[in-house]
Amino acid sequence: MLEVINLTKNFGNFKLDNVSFKLEPGYIMGFIGPNGAGKSTTIKLIMNLLKKDSGEIRIFGKDHIKHEKEIKDRIGFVYDESFFYEDLSINQMKNIIAPFYSRWDNKKFDQYIKEFNLDPHQKIKKLSKGMKMKFSLALALSHNADLIIMDEPTSGLDPVFRREVLDILYDVIQDEGKSIFFSTHITTDLEKIADYITFINNGKIVFSKPKDEILETYGIVKGDNSLLDTDTRKEFIGLRVTKVGFEGLTDNPQKFRRKFGDSIIIEKPTLEDIMVYSVRSERL
Amino acid sequence: MKIIISNSSDEPIYEQISRQIKEMIIKGELEEGEILPSIRGLAKDLQISVITTKRAYEELEREGFIETVPGKGSFVAMQNKELMKEKKLKIIEEKLAEIVRESKMLGIGYEEIADMLKILFEEE
Repeated sequence: MLEVINLTKNFGNFKLDNVSFKLEPGYIMGFIGPNGAGKSTTIKLIMNLLKKDSGEIRIFGKDHIKHEKEIKDRIGFVYDESFFYEDLSINQMKNIIAPFYSRWDNKKFDQYIKEFNLDPHQKIKKLSKGMKMKFSLALALSHNADLIIMDEPTSGLDPVFRREVLDILYDVIQDEGKSIFFSTHITTDLEKIADYITFINNGKIVFSKPKDEILETYGIVKGDNSLLDTDTRKEFIGLRVTKVGFEGLTDNPQKFRRKFGDSIIIEKPTLEDIMVYSVRSERL
Repeated sequence: MKIIISNSSDEPIYEQISRQIKEMIIKGELEEGEILPSIRGLAKDLQISVITTKRAYEELEREGFIETVPGKGSFVAMQNKELMKEKKLKIIEEKLAEIVRESKMLGIGYEEIADMLKILFEEE
């Protein structure tokens, strides 16, 4: 469905370095990482809005530049910055965009606009950030796309509407031929819906794996500072030590259990824990 | 069909699902040939990933509780009567083993437990 192989782009002060991952039909992949990690750059390269230095991007099994037109016809794209004409109304803007898609479904579009409580005659410059995002979503979902690519789609949205978006995404993947790829830093959304998580930091992929496997692998270890010696410290991916004790991320919680028994507490990490501890250790 | 999952439990979510469906089949609440929710529909209803529900169903399939027909969905499999009996006995055996462990810890002997069991059985 979407395959990125050794993708590299050098900006001088930042380098996207040998990025590879693969998304199969029928699944949702969350793309996480701190600000400036390379999420938007990767998405822009996939959409050919930026020229790559090297590497390969294949969408629906085809090269994304050679077959750009037919590929983009089948992609629903939601971008974090508004690229609309501000002086047009929702409907006027839609009328400009719709003809680009061979499978445009106006009925579906009207349905989403209604569902999202948008006024089709409102000027785009009058829309709030959340409303613009809803409009982008409506456009992306109204041409029967097989792959939905979204850059930070839930960032400007309140929790109530974010839940609605998740429900809409579930509806999309009821069809096992469709996939969704989206970047976000709101990892709680992904904890529910994502099948795969690709984690990027500093231009490099840290991992790209099934979410369940990630959450089963890592553990948060908590305990008394007296347990920490140099060897033990090395076992942590990230560690936070305070006066009252330590807390650290490990990808081998069983080892800690064997070594320290019941004198430590091991908890299941969240995706946010994994992201934060991994990024911190990199900056040390 | 009723499935309740807990995000704070130590039991992985796919196991929570497969265990609950298994229990419903063993207790006869789900009958042979009954259709199960689709993998994708169940993921939506439980607000979890498709991979997780898929894994739960694969587990159930491997253990012979359900069958999946491509394009049609998943169904409760024909259950071998003897095998079913064995599975039911296994559930009781596990519970009894727990009671035995607990009794030994509390210093209560076999005779006392046997008497207690007899009384309870007659009362019910």
